[in-house]
Order: sequence, then structure tokens, then C-alpha cells
Amino acid sequence: MKCRELADFLMDYVSGELSDDSLAHFELHLQRCRNCHEYLLQYESTIKAGRIACGEASDELPDDIPDDLVKAVMAARKLT
Amino acid sequence: MSSATPVDLDEADLLRRLRAGDESAFEQVVRTYGGRLLAVTRRILGSEEDARDVVQDAFLNAFRSLDRFEGHAKLSTWLHRIAVNAALMKLRTRKRKPEQSIESLLPAFLDDGHHEERFQSWDEPVDKVMERAETRELVRKHIDQLPDGYRTVLVLRDIEGLDTEETATMLGLSVNATKIRLHRARQALRTLLAPHFRSLAS
Repeated sequence: MKCRELADFLMDYVSGELSDDSLAHFELHLQRCRNCHEYLLQYESTIKAGRIACGEASDELPDDIPDDLVKAVMAARKLT
Repeated sequence: MSSATPVDLDEADLLRRLRAGDESAFEQVVRTYGGRLLAVTRRILGSEEDARDVVQDAFLNAFRSLDRFEGHAKLSTWLHRIAVNAALMKLRTRKRKPEQSIESLLPAFLDDGHHEERFQSWDEPVDKVMERAETRELVRKHIDQLPDGYRTVLVLRDIEGLDTEETATMLGLSVNATKIRLHRARQALRTLLAPHFRSLAS
């Protein structure tokens, strides 16, 4: 397996969907290639960073709706 | 987004008041669920103004179709779905911004199949880096920069937690196309984050 193929298989690897055969080749390459190992770590970190940045625990509080938008919705409701 | 959760008592009461036309119940719904809907539509649309329009339309649409809400799903899940659909619809109709091509953000390879780039490590664990508010803001900014067709898949799959089939259905894509887009979106976002995560780690 080359780095190019490993990159193609990354998503299936992360979600645990690689076949046993592909997984063996994937892990063998990973053991020998530090660059791909680093790329895998960064790929996983990217997914996590997105979740944290936009998740419920982020600065965008789930309950935080501006008051003027609440008023706009309520006013528009009366018109319909 | 599980839709099989039983409706809790508060929600049942709220629903009864909504159906009875209790004005305070409508406001309670907007205040309770509006922030979450605003956050998801903002992420899909990459625009505060469009997100506000969509949230308003989604609430009005939901209030008009209350009799079609059967109570199998949670009210929050139902509203969420209406808002996400409204955001995707808005995305299809609005004038497209010139977008950065995704190709330039994907990894490049040499003829022998090796990566062209030597990846410098991100020294600090991502949980630690993401403790900083400015980093969270930076990540959101870069997600907004992804081309529409890629950002939507990333938001629905990685942030909203929909599965591939649900995402594909909502976007009118094949399962395979959805998977390819998600993979590319993650790779592109990695490329955008890399310079910041390296420098932040130093």
C-alpha cells in the first residue's frame, strides 16, 4: 500500500469499516511510514476540532437566541 | 439525531398548549429551541443573516404544520429537521459565492505515491488547543470557508451526527458521493487548520 491509497482508506479506517485484508495492509504501512501516521493523527484531530468548535459545549450556547429574533418570529406568526 | 426517544412530559404539555393556540407556548418554543437551530443553520449556511431568515421561516412553517407532528419524534428533533431542510433549500436557491476549489486543499502525491508534503506534527493535543475560545472561533471560521457542498456534508455528519444514509437523503446525493465529500471536507479542513495548529503549538 502506498501513501496515496492509505489516504483514500483513512475515512473507512477511522470509522472501523476497513476489510480485514485492507486493515492489515493499512496498519503495516502505518508502522513504517511516520508521515502517514502523522497525517492520520491530524485527520482525527480535525474531526474532533470541528465537533468541539461547533458542539453544544462551545461558545455558541444552544439556548442563545437573540431577543430581537424571538420578537421577529412572534410578530411574523401573528401575520400568518 | 435519534428520533426514537420518547416524548417527555414537559414536551407533551408544551405541545398541548401549542395546539390550543397558547401564545406563551409559541414563545417558549422559540426561546427553548431557537439557539440550537440558529447554530446549526449558521453552520450550514456560513452566514448569520441567512441563518436568522431560515430559523424564522422554519418556526413559522413548523407552527403551521403542528397538526402533522405526530409525537413519535421529539419536538426538538422535528424542529431541527425542518430547520436543516430549510437551510439546505436556502443554500440551493441563493446566489453562489465564488468558492475556493477543494482540490488545492487536498493532499498532493508524488508519482511514486508518496505524499508531497512532510507533515509537521501538531504538538499539543486537540482537546487542549480547543480550550481556547479563539481557536474554537478559528475552526468555525475555516469550516465556513469550505465550499457549500462539502461544508454541508461535514456539518451534517461530523457535527450534527447524522449517519451517511440520512445525510445522503437530505442532500439528494448517493451514499458513495456523500462519503467522498465528507472525506474531502475533512482533508480540506485539516489543510486549513494545519498552519494554525502548528504555530499554536510552538
